[in-house]
Amino acid sequence: MSWLPVACLLTPLLTAVAVFGSPRNRKLRGLLSIGGAVVLLLLAIWQLMRVSSAGALVVQPGGWKAPFGITLVADNLAAMLVLATAAIAVAITSFALHDIDEFRAEAGFDGFVHVVLTGVVGAFLTGDVFNLYVWFEVMLIGSFALMTLGAGKRQLDGAVKYIALNLVSTVLMLTAIGLLHGLAGTLNLADLHQVMAARENDSLALVVGALFLVAFGIKAAIFPVFSWLPASYHTVPITVSALFAALMTKVGIYALLRIGTLVFGMELASAASLMMALAVLTLLMGVAGALAETSLRRLAAWQVMISVGFLLLGVALGTPAGLAAALFYFVHGMLAKAALLLIIGLGERVGMAERLAESGGVAQLKPWLAAAYLFTALSLAGIPPTAGFWAKLAFVEAGLGADAGTAGTVLIVALVVASLLGLLPLMRIWNEAFCKPSPAGFAPAAPGQVPIHTPSASIFALVSLVGVSALIGIWPTLLHSLAEAAAVGISTPAEYVQVVLGIKPEAGS
Amino acid sequence: MTALLCLLIAVLTATSVWLMLSRSLVRFLFALVLVSNVANLVIFVGGGLEPLAPALVDTAQPDLVMANPLPQALVLTAIVIGFGLVAFMLVLALSSWKVFRTVDIDQMRFAEPEPDEATTSQLEEPRA
Repeated sequence: MSWLPVACLLTPLLTAVAVFGSPRNRKLRGLLSIGGAVVLLLLAIWQLMRVSSAGALVVQPGGWKAPFGITLVADNLAAMLVLATAAIAVAITSFALHDIDEFRAEAGFDGFVHVVLTGVVGAFLTGDVFNLYVWFEVMLIGSFALMTLGAGKRQLDGAVKYIALNLVSTVLMLTAIGLLHGLAGTLNLADLHQVMAARENDSLALVVGALFLVAFGIKAAIFPVFSWLPASYHTVPITVSALFAALMTKVGIYALLRIGTLVFGMELASAASLMMALAVLTLLMGVAGALAETSLRRLAAWQVMISVGFLLLGVALGTPAGLAAALFYFVHGMLAKAALLLIIGLGERVGMAERLAESGGVAQLKPWLAAAYLFTALSLAGIPPTAGFWAKLAFVEAGLGADAGTAGTVLIVALVVASLLGLLPLMRIWNEAFCKPSPAGFAPAAPGQVPIHTPSASIFALVSLVGVSALIGIWPTLLHSLAEAAAVGISTPAEYVQVVLGIKPEAGS
Repeated sequence: MTALLCLLIAVLTATSVWLMLSRSLVRFLFALVLVSNVANLVIFVGGGLEPLAPALVDTAQPDLVMANPLPQALVLTAIVIGFGLVAFMLVLALSSWKVFRTVDIDQMRFAEPEPDEATTSQLEEPRA
């Protein structure tokens, strides 16, 4: 069974190769891309079922025993996030079929989407810190291509900022890895945990940890180093916006969580108040940006930042319950953000404009789109019985926990304030884009006239995202138990270490 | 040797930060070249590779001090990746010049226009 993580990694990679090698036909490439994503989804479901029933899967490629080789580890956390990524991938590739123009498709758009997916899946599955850097690079180079492909002036401008800041973050990460290796003499995460746990009050480790925090902070768009996100996410095709909103910042948070708990457990605990401050500031900055924003797509970009803030709240709290809440929100946020972006993408064909004030009439032209938006917005706001409500309930419960202390109070206050204020921009989109009369040029179809057609693949993409989100809302127990198992796994790393290093005879590959 | 390399790292870092703070995209490109070399040097120094401690030692002389050979592989990987990223940034700077006729970041306000001058072009006069 230990081939499953490898298969999850190879599927998007081979799909990318197949797309680049296929004839320059938009439809063929789109279908190849969807096929690859569906295979990844099936493998990811299998992997998660296997991991939650029989424990983490560990692969030692080439037969190199950990810590000497590069290890792939699919524990509860990684398997759950790979599944969420695969679900997003199916929706995004289906949506791309009709959203991406001929030029981009012929230049290999679908292939680059799968390059990004390869990087994301690799980053989730790797058990080696230098390998994590390599997957980040794979993800970045794919995202650079998506960012610049078909560049108009706006897109190129956004791309310059996105790429410049991400390159800085990459170099910081590499420097941190170099120092960490010099400090510990190993790159395997499980081995690093043992080496670093043995060191006490280590100021060198604190420096390395700070470097990692800045590097992953830039990737995740945390408060002082977030400026690339609202500068670039709105300039690309909506499919790319949705893909990035769902995946890119989340990988930064994942890396922070994984490296933070496994390698810098002590340092993370001592920096908890700093992390909480960063989380609150990220949250407030995202809300303030969304409140002040007049452009529809940039408002969606600020929403991404709000979700980063919520995730960071749970990470900063650091208790198992806080981490479980963050992981629940992780999956919910991925689905809801992708759905929000796809709704905007479809809405732009029927009356949504760049400027919110010039939009209107979508509810009249496409009532089902309005229903999808309403559901997604309620979920983002946290109104029961949506998935967002259960996520926020989990946060509040974690904040009230006996082990939470003052940080728990801060968390609850920040959560409530951000949720209430965060509702306002979502209501503004509803009022401006959906309920106002249509702007000129988008008048409702007269009786007998053919209404604006929405391709069925795009509807499938949106319905699948909203549908999964609704299922989580109706039946949160499954996701909650998965998130709890994953949170327990990362807050007590001993088990991870034992499985990876093969200390227990019955565990290991 | 190590002290000398550390000094080199400090100088390169300072220079690249100074270059990065400039508004010119070309300077940023040079800063990137320097700073990716800084990262490589850090890995190199962190691995403890020195003339007195080589990475490969003769089995006939087991008492020789040996450095960790892994940083060489890491640096090699990092150089290749860094080269790719610098090449990408170079092409990006080139296409920015072709499209905007400028490499001044402050002149590039297409994605985030000033609220009141959203429609007016700020690039009437090309400048280097």
